[in-house]
Amino acid sequence: MDPKTYKFDTLSLHAGYQPSKNAGSRQVPIYQTTSYMFDDVDHAAALFNLERGGHIYSRMSNPTVQVLEERVCALEGGTAALATASGMSAIFLTIMTLCNAGDHMVVSSQLYGGTVNLFRLTLPKFGIKTTFVKPRDTEGFKKAIQPNTKGIFGELVGNPGNELMNMPEVSNIAKEAGIPLIIDSTYQTPYLCRPFEHGADLVVHSLTKWMSGNGSSMAGILVEGGTFDWMQNDKFPSMTEPYEGYHGLSFAEEFGPTAFTMMARAEGMRDMGPCLAPQNAWNILHGLETLSLRMEKHCSNALKMVEYLSNHDSVAWVSHASAPGHPDKELAEKILPKGTGSMIAFGIKGGKEAGAAFINNVKLASHLANVGDARTLVIHPASATHSQMDEATLKFAGLSHDMIRLSVGLEDFEDIVNDFEDGFRAAKKPRLVANK
Amino acid sequence: MKFKVCGIDTFASTGGRPFDKNKPLIIFVHGSGLSHMVWVLQTRYFAFRGYSVLAVDLPGHGLSSGESLKTIEEMGNWVGDVIGAVGCKEASLVGHSQGCLVTMECVAQHPEKIKTLTLMGGASAIPMNPELLRLAEESNPKAVDLMMDFAHGPAGHFGGHPVPGLYHLNVGSMIVQNKEIKDTLGVDFRACDNYKNGPEIAKKLDLPTLSILGAQDRMCRLKDGKILADYIKGSEVKIIEDCGHMMLLEEADQTLEILKKFIAEHYPLPS
Repeated sequence: MDPKTYKFDTLSLHAGYQPSKNAGSRQVPIYQTTSYMFDDVDHAAALFNLERGGHIYSRMSNPTVQVLEERVCALEGGTAALATASGMSAIFLTIMTLCNAGDHMVVSSQLYGGTVNLFRLTLPKFGIKTTFVKPRDTEGFKKAIQPNTKGIFGELVGNPGNELMNMPEVSNIAKEAGIPLIIDSTYQTPYLCRPFEHGADLVVHSLTKWMSGNGSSMAGILVEGGTFDWMQNDKFPSMTEPYEGYHGLSFAEEFGPTAFTMMARAEGMRDMGPCLAPQNAWNILHGLETLSLRMEKHCSNALKMVEYLSNHDSVAWVSHASAPGHPDKELAEKILPKGTGSMIAFGIKGGKEAGAAFINNVKLASHLANVGDARTLVIHPASATHSQMDEATLKFAGLSHDMIRLSVGLEDFEDIVNDFEDGFRAAKKPRLVANK
Repeated sequence: MKFKVCGIDTFASTGGRPFDKNKPLIIFVHGSGLSHMVWVLQTRYFAFRGYSVLAVDLPGHGLSSGESLKTIEEMGNWVGDVIGAVGCKEASLVGHSQGCLVTMECVAQHPEKIKTLTLMGGASAIPMNPELLRLAEESNPKAVDLMMDFAHGPAGHFGGHPVPGLYHLNVGSMIVQNKEIKDTLGVDFRACDNYKNGPEIAKKLDLPTLSILGAQDRMCRLKDGKILADYIKGSEVKIIEDCGHMMLLEEADQTLEILKKFIAEHYPLPS
């Protein structure tokens, strides 16, 4: 006897949506509206007071966005989700729900540059400080925890160096300390890894990337695993003590496994308002319908690309957890059995100048500040995505000037290789062809 | 709020309002392995409309301490003791699934204390599938997955929670897995399986009673819910179409509307 609940591929097409409640529309409708009619005064009061479910104003929730939230939640195996205008706003909302002024976070050092700046420069303005730890330094995460630490945050596979955080072990450290582990799982998508199954308590995504796959729309999401006991200690009073903003409601007591998301929506979306546009939610939903198919092709193309680059005489080094000799290969095989994703970092012989020539001379691969598009993308992080870091921070984050970040797309592999050969040819004579 | 019932530290949600023993009391009793959290889309409404609400965690469940009670009879008696423990003399009861057996037992044991009874997804007996019972008693998480499968109707399997962003199959699953499965779900399933007094007790009930049934319920099937309602003299029956066993979440608005009308008619606020 086995449960007949729907599996991953079915959920990616159907979760969170019932046509019978939407005029029979097979496709999810776009509810392009700011606000929703109340039945009467009693109905309005009940909605405002969280007595019943429903929509009030699209800053807080929207029916199209709601489908996206439930669908991603179902795919991740979570209890609740909250979509936001971007991945960065999902992270900001998460930290602002978790922390108060005077609190502290322990954070992996290998992150998207914008996330580094959020923790290093912006959050201190609100009195929230961070200690950065190198992703492979598992013991370092434990040592960095202070009495006022409210969580551990990291990308499972770090951007852009592809170093892995040992999520199960770091999760044990977080559990011992009575704090949640928050994983940015943008690179993996739930197709490659469901972090809740490895001890994470909260997951954030930039949905702009692989989840969408079409490079059309910005979006982010916070997903709650329902695993963290907010009442186990006195570290999270905003979750456990009566909240004045809702007549003394205790989110943890009332909502249990969905408490964090309820709080993030009720307070964070109400007060900060980084809401997702319904059209963008709809675009992301379209992408999700083919998530499995796309991730399989991304991963198979990435494996071929690792082999190609590893054997290329213009390449100094290749970092991808599938690559022979990668320090995290064993861990990756355990946590990411379906594939280690399509992000590759490699060093080009000739350093920064050669890297610039390569990027300026590839034509199929797009030079831009995004990852996870269906198309192949390249960038030189030290001069773009991570350019706001000083030399010391670049080094600590594992970046070098010869590094090229590659997001392998779904094109025919032979066409990508032909394009790269043009780039490598130019890189050998950078002074002659750098400015094509 | 926390209080003691028969020496057990007990938790009950008061729906977000301070408990007031001078207001009419409604007690909500959850189903097997669950907790007060399943009632949030009903309790807060009544708590902010002049009633005192207690969505109790049965002993050993949710935030209540102690060990799970082993029989439906013990649970029914315990719910009756809750009323006195909070300084009240009477209450209306609302039960879901196993909570229907418990509340019927409570009425049988404390008829003078109970003013109305609402049964959601109920039946006069809840015999358990032997394999499901075994899995629950072995703390096998598959028992929870099977329970969530059976408990939600075809539409409920797709999601579409009334509260934006919640995926209710996983919410229910996490509530159950909050405790050791064998200590809550296993004990509760065994208690349901053993309980045989339902038909006889139902025939003796003499108070305003409402049955809310899901047309697609696979845990306590519609026909069994109707049979139970037929046993109860004058029982009202409301059927929610395209809904499974978890009507309090799957069709929370419809459930609340039905309950509101019943409570307003049979257990009104003092004028």
